[in-house]
Amino acid sequence: MDFELMITSLPKLLNATLITLKLLSASLIFGLFIGLFFAILRVNKNPIVNKFAYGYSYVFRGTPLLVQIFIIYFGLGQIEYLRSTVLWVILKEPYWCAIIAFSLNTGAYTSEILRSAFQTIKPGIIEAGHSLGITSKIIFYKIQIPIAIRQSLPAYGNEIILMMKGTSLASTVTLMDLTGVAKYIISTTFKPIEVFIVAGGIYLFMTFIIHNVIKFLERKYSY
Amino acid sequence: MNIIKKFSLGVLITLFLSFSANADKIKIGTEGAYPPWNSKDASGKLIGFEVELAWTLCRYIGQQCEIVEQDWDGMIPALIMRKFDAIMAGMSITAERQKAISFSQGYADEVASLAVMKGSDLEGIDTPAGINLTKPNAAAKKALKTLTTALSGKTVCVQTATIHQNFLDSGDVGKVNVRTYKTQDEVNLDLASGRCDAALAAAVAFSDYAEKSGKPVVLVGPTFSGGAFGNGVGVGIRKDDTELLNAFNKAIDKARKNGDISRIATKWFGFDASM
Repeated sequence: MDFELMITSLPKLLNATLITLKLLSASLIFGLFIGLFFAILRVNKNPIVNKFAYGYSYVFRGTPLLVQIFIIYFGLGQIEYLRSTVLWVILKEPYWCAIIAFSLNTGAYTSEILRSAFQTIKPGIIEAGHSLGITSKIIFYKIQIPIAIRQSLPAYGNEIILMMKGTSLASTVTLMDLTGVAKYIISTTFKPIEVFIVAGGIYLFMTFIIHNVIKFLERKYSY
Repeated sequence: MNIIKKFSLGVLITLFLSFSANADKIKIGTEGAYPPWNSKDASGKLIGFEVELAWTLCRYIGQQCEIVEQDWDGMIPALIMRKFDAIMAGMSITAERQKAISFSQGYADEVASLAVMKGSDLEGIDTPAGINLTKPNAAAKKALKTLTTALSGKTVCVQTATIHQNFLDSGDVGKVNVRTYKTQDEVNLDLASGRCDAALAAAVAFSDYAEKSGKPVVLVGPTFSGGAFGNGVGVGIRKDDTELLNAFNKAIDKARKNGDISRIATKWFGFDASM
């Protein structure tokens, strides 16, 4: 064990953790909006709208994240027509390609989490709202959505942790995130065990924080 | 119960047999993704200059060999952790790597070069045909200056953990935006897509790609050798494995004397890259 290497690589790895956190937070914010949008489509009565939303979540939950990120980064990069469009400004950057892939992926899972939360809301609660003369729209935004968010907290907490670990795939498209920098240090020191232990410890610490924040929120919004 | 006992005994025997069968085989690790040094054919079989050379060297050593595949970025750690006994993967002999492993004498040498897509503004850089960085002369120093200006602010793509990355990180050509990839294939893809302004690798890796893909990849600037680019390609061996190191050195001597290395090199590179 080379403890000196573990200590000297720590600041470099912590610096790279910032990129990991940026990727994670951007993907989670975009993913939450995408997920909410598709969850609302999923509970829609129109079969075409409903099937479309189902198809989206089916494709993105049914394929590996690594394949998705490769298709978006290397795949779209091969289409010559795309390179002459405005879209290329975004798709040229590995950073945005990673965020697009992560957002679409976590969005698919989030839509399923929120959909099941919507469906567990007891009809009695909605009926109670109607009987008080509240419009359906207000019932949806002021009653259904808050309850759904509370219901989905434990599952969503899991999704955040999964996504946090998923960001390590950003290193496959040249981004220097936590895993990317760990690999870079290994490529010059040839000592994988020491460096991956430190990197793994940082991931574990992030999981610890996320887990406790979610637990706190669960307690705060319990009823 | 009896069935379970018989089954586990069977497993144990199989395990034992497979261990003892492998005991006297030399395992050689290669990447299989760096043509023409080493690559794979359509059926997934390992081919290339080093694969053919490895079989020749094993014949001279007089021992059975097995060639195994290993990702480039884990090559040296895998050797140290005894997943195989020797590396033949276009790995240049550099001082940095020699801190971790030993190398046999060199068996072939390559020059590195920058490549761009046709029509790039880097196409007309005015430099000598080749520079050696071990003891750079005035012309080489001037060429590095020209490159520093030309590459400033550009994105240059390389495979990770290579001499090419070391060179760009060394600051000899100033501060360029270095982007690293797991394989040379991925470097080629992003060079063609336009995400990289230029790429740096063995000159043969680019000419091989241009030929096979039909993409307008052109070599620019000088060819590089010496210095960060190391002193030829050799067989990587664990430091404590001096017996195997000697065996490989002798085998390389014999193969060189009999003209095997030049013959195989000419077959795969189209020119004699042996040394």
